[in-house]
Amino acid sequence: MNHSFISGNEAFAHGVMLASPAVISAYPITPQTTVVECLSQMVADGVLDSEFIYVESEHSAMSCAMGASSTGVRTFTATSSQGLLYMAECLPYAAGGRFPIVMMNANRSVALPWNIYGDQRDSLSQLDCGWIQAYAQDAQESLDLALMSYRIAERRDVSTPFMVNLDGFHLTHTYEVVDIPDREQADEFLPPYSTENRIDFDTPRNLCFSAGPDHNTAFKLSEHAGISRSRKAVAETEEEFLAVFGRRYTGLTEEYMCADAEFILITLGSISGLCRDVVCSLRKSGVKAGLLRLRYMRPFPAEEISRTVAGAKSVCVLEKDISFGFAGTVFINVCAALQNAGICVPTLNKIGGLGGRDITEEDIRDAFGDMAEGKTGIGFIGMGGSGV
Amino acid sequence: MGDGYTGVIWHGRGGQGAFTAARLLGASYVSAGGGRRALAFPAFGPERRGAPIRAFTKMSETAVSNRSEMTSADFTVYLDSTLFRGIDDRCTGTVLVNTADEYGDPRIISFDASALAASILGSPMSNTAMVGVLAAIWSGGISIESVRKGIEDTLPEHLRKDNIKVAEKAFRAAGCRH
Repeated sequence: MNHSFISGNEAFAHGVMLASPAVISAYPITPQTTVVECLSQMVADGVLDSEFIYVESEHSAMSCAMGASSTGVRTFTATSSQGLLYMAECLPYAAGGRFPIVMMNANRSVALPWNIYGDQRDSLSQLDCGWIQAYAQDAQESLDLALMSYRIAERRDVSTPFMVNLDGFHLTHTYEVVDIPDREQADEFLPPYSTENRIDFDTPRNLCFSAGPDHNTAFKLSEHAGISRSRKAVAETEEEFLAVFGRRYTGLTEEYMCADAEFILITLGSISGLCRDVVCSLRKSGVKAGLLRLRYMRPFPAEEISRTVAGAKSVCVLEKDISFGFAGTVFINVCAALQNAGICVPTLNKIGGLGGRDITEEDIRDAFGDMAEGKTGIGFIGMGGSGV
Repeated sequence: MGDGYTGVIWHGRGGQGAFTAARLLGASYVSAGGGRRALAFPAFGPERRGAPIRAFTKMSETAVSNRSEMTSADFTVYLDSTLFRGIDDRCTGTVLVNTADEYGDPRIISFDASALAASILGSPMSNTAMVGVLAAIWSGGISIESVRKGIEDTLPEHLRKDNIKVAEKAFRAAGCRH
């Protein structure tokens, strides 16, 4: 184990290096650039034995990753924002082909207005493409997710591509202490990838085929079943991870002081740290506050959310996203989960951090204040008023 | 500053190494071990040479979870004195300015880091000198040995030796004066 002071992108690159993908295909885009720079340097220095393919676009990056994965090898790519949207056509393709590609997405706003700063509108717009989606809260979790994502995605019962999201700049460009695992530990945790879902001249099979109305639903059901089985795969993989590395993760969600909480804030990504500080401070002043961090958006932690907020007086979803004309995408998902579970609790949606705007401690305190006042509906942080 | 961490705001112009200083200080602080944690990050955005930029270091004996920018801090460092517009009465922290001028305010510490850097590095790259000054005035915060380690962990090899010399000289000079 090596204690290093590095950025989230560098931490992720180290995780990918330890996973030793045979092929990396990528196109640079801020704030993802340094992760692929770092990996291409590792390949150039000979510390990572990968084929690094410099493609001319993100559409090609994902097409190339699919081609590589279809030969049965471990594959990596990374992107952000407009790049993710440009490769969007290929995302359901990779999921439908059941190629367990791992991709890092540096969460960044999408144009217009043009903006390179962080929010989560890029990845949340792609929830329906069939990929597993995880959201890291710090650089250590980023590195650990790089390793765990391959273990989960490549399981035969899952066989689903995996998108790991790091908040642009707040994670990708922030330096902090990270434990970099040893090669031996990484190899113990992550076995080499092998699959029958590949081009094989000895046992030829048809990959990436057409399926008409008769058979299409069966394939989509199989895809849904695969990503749904990743719930169990996440739990089992985290147990294996704990055994090797001694770090514990908590499945699709992470609870903080939720057991007896009256007011629960639900959020995801790097803002969770500040939210935890605020919950801790509110508890000291007698407010029964709690935080539920969503570590995964797909598979969606519907059961965990329902169980956690069942006894709460109010729930607020804080997210860096808006599905124009309705509400935040995370909020919509949370409300559906509560409705399905028959839980009737007032729900509030706070939209913040768009285009990189700072979310302050005061903003988070206000969210708890609004919950205590019984407010519901949607509010844009810092824009005045609580509803539209 | 009241949040369980010691905060430093770095002001400089693109190319003066303000973010490098923020990282270097964080790396120096955690190099002492014992569960020390730090965050170092720039005011995010495109890099533009010569434009005013800010960078931040947050340091604590335990994990720092607040990743938001700071508007006030325990130490505010100006690598370029043309960016310094004075301080208001509410300021409770210490301000460090890279300048040959004196301000006659006990809250403001002047140090001619550019001159020192120029004499050793041959260029007025003031960031490592100002880290040395900060180490000298932050009592109990960070040792010069830690700064040396931080430079070794952060800077490319060909820059380490002279920058350690700069930081050590600044540390001694500032330590004598304050």
